[in-house]
Amino acid sequence: MALLQRVAEQGRRVVRFTLDGRPVEALEGDTVMTAMLTNGERLRRTEFADAPRAGFCMMGACQDCWVRTEEGERLRACGTFIADGMRLLSNGEWTS
Amino acid sequence: MSELLPPVIVGAGPAGIRAAERLVAAGLRPVVVDEAARWGGQIYRQPPEGDFTRPKKALYGFEAGKADAVHRAMAAIRDRVDYRPRTLVWNCEDGALDLLCDGTSETLPFSHLILATGATDRVLPFPGWTLPGVFTLGGSQVALKFQGCAVGRRVAFLGTGPLLYLVAYQYLKAGVEVAGVFDTTSFAAQARATPGMLRDPATLAKGLLFVGWLRAHGVPIHNGVRPVRAEGTERVDALVWRDAQGRERRTGCDAVAFGLGLRSETQLADLAGCRFRFDEADRAWLPERDEAGRSSVPGVYLAGDGSGIAGADAAELAGERAALALLEDRGLPVDAARVRDLDSRLARIAAFRRVLNTAFPFPADWADAIADDTMICRCEGVTAGAVREVARSGQAREMNRAKALTRAGMGRCQGRMCSATAAELLSRTLGTGPDGVGRLRAQPPIKPLPIATIIPSPPRSRANEVCADATGGPEVRRKRGEGQGEGDALRGSGQPVVAFQPPTSAPPRIPLTQPSPRGGEGTDTGREVT
Repeated sequence: MALLQRVAEQGRRVVRFTLDGRPVEALEGDTVMTAMLTNGERLRRTEFADAPRAGFCMMGACQDCWVRTEEGERLRACGTFIADGMRLLSNGEWTS
Repeated sequence: MSELLPPVIVGAGPAGIRAAERLVAAGLRPVVVDEAARWGGQIYRQPPEGDFTRPKKALYGFEAGKADAVHRAMAAIRDRVDYRPRTLVWNCEDGALDLLCDGTSETLPFSHLILATGATDRVLPFPGWTLPGVFTLGGSQVALKFQGCAVGRRVAFLGTGPLLYLVAYQYLKAGVEVAGVFDTTSFAAQARATPGMLRDPATLAKGLLFVGWLRAHGVPIHNGVRPVRAEGTERVDALVWRDAQGRERRTGCDAVAFGLGLRSETQLADLAGCRFRFDEADRAWLPERDEAGRSSVPGVYLAGDGSGIAGADAAELAGERAALALLEDRGLPVDAARVRDLDSRLARIAAFRRVLNTAFPFPADWADAIADDTMICRCEGVTAGAVREVARSGQAREMNRAKALTRAGMGRCQGRMCSATAAELLSRTLGTGPDGVGRLRAQPPIKPLPIATIIPSPPRSRANEVCADATGGPEVRRKRGEGQGEGDALRGSGQPVVAFQPPTSAPPRIPLTQPSPRGGEGTDTGREVT
């Protein structure tokens, strides 16, 4: 179930991406964080404990919203906008 | 000063924009560097470009007029400033900033710098605070105004400060169920602050309206609350809290928005070499600034919440005031009447700020209740017990030693989220005041850089200097400063330069390491730069 709930601004163009391999949709102008958390309930599991995380400050200070792409790239989810074709992961154990 | 460079402003919130406006009016063309994609700062953050349609009244409520004025001020000077959005300032040293934009780093020398770096929520931990669904108050507001999203269907609001009631009200207006407002401040403390609040009837009226609106919609408001834990396994499903009578109670919710006032972003001022002092009101070490916004470092000015929490109205005034100080210091004419007007308005806000601090006091006893096994560092999972232990054993009597021993403050957030907690735990274990354990030294890069960051080759003339002293260090940096005609090149931190070398175990996907102008190559400090 989604963690974030859309309450406004829902008339935007649909953006298609994959989350853990599953095709899902977001809206243009969504951050990666919004895109992932309106389709799921976490951004990743932490490397220090097998615990889910979903970001915290949403303004680029806490650095708790890093996510992985299938290509191995690391994105700060609150400061990156979603784009068509992104392949994002929320499942994997964090590996560096 | 042998060479005057365009003034540089860091931050495009209310302080940065008003500073830029004043500099432009004096005929200068400032550089405005901002991490966000659009100007406005956090308080007046604009939605992304595209099909966002809510009017400003819906986004900013009572502050819509101010938000619009600030946005328009920047739009009006847009072609007369060198505006650098989506740009992180990751270092400030020896009269130059290091910028990162679209994966490429650039060094920007300055002779005059205005830091308007803003603030984020101040937090203390409680069990479960890392669960999905627990967000800061500021973050919860960003989700709503920037993304049209609520952080949950049924949200509990916890903590203290003006944002607590404001964001709860905004959520309610957006149609979200508010599970309750859990205010750490006692009724008695709020009642004591009320007469003082009359100094600013508009603010008092807004506060009363928020509370009245929440109550009228059946939202329970509890005072004198302390959190016990956020419950849930994969996400929050309840907030367990202690009421003013000490009874443990449980409120079902799928999100918790919390914060304990704001915390200034001071890292760049620290790296610039500014002298700090402990501020009782903010319970934090802040860079010193005079009434005009001058720091202890000539040519470096401070404005807005980044050097002391005073709110958005004060930030606008302080930004303009710092710009006027800058102009005066560059030998340009300033309007003395305008200076007097700004100073008196800033003084009035400062007086009212003291009232607000009594209405929303920091819950100093919270830290004592943090159990030893509670995680205080979100980045690396350091516990409260670990910090108390290094204090008790006598190994650490100040913040940087505690950081070295426990790693609290060494993770990706550089202590932004844990340093208030670490300071409380350390000082209360040692029996000092909150000012007795020092402050974390800022370290570049102040935010993580991608390992694939492209550091351009230094200009030819400077490359030769680097070659002349390939080991880097102060020699190179001194030459670099002289090359910019900056009179005070040696005021940097003197700390080791950061190496942009990938860890040997993980080769970079993109080869990148050009020596930085500071001779970064070959200096392995072992610091994580990704």
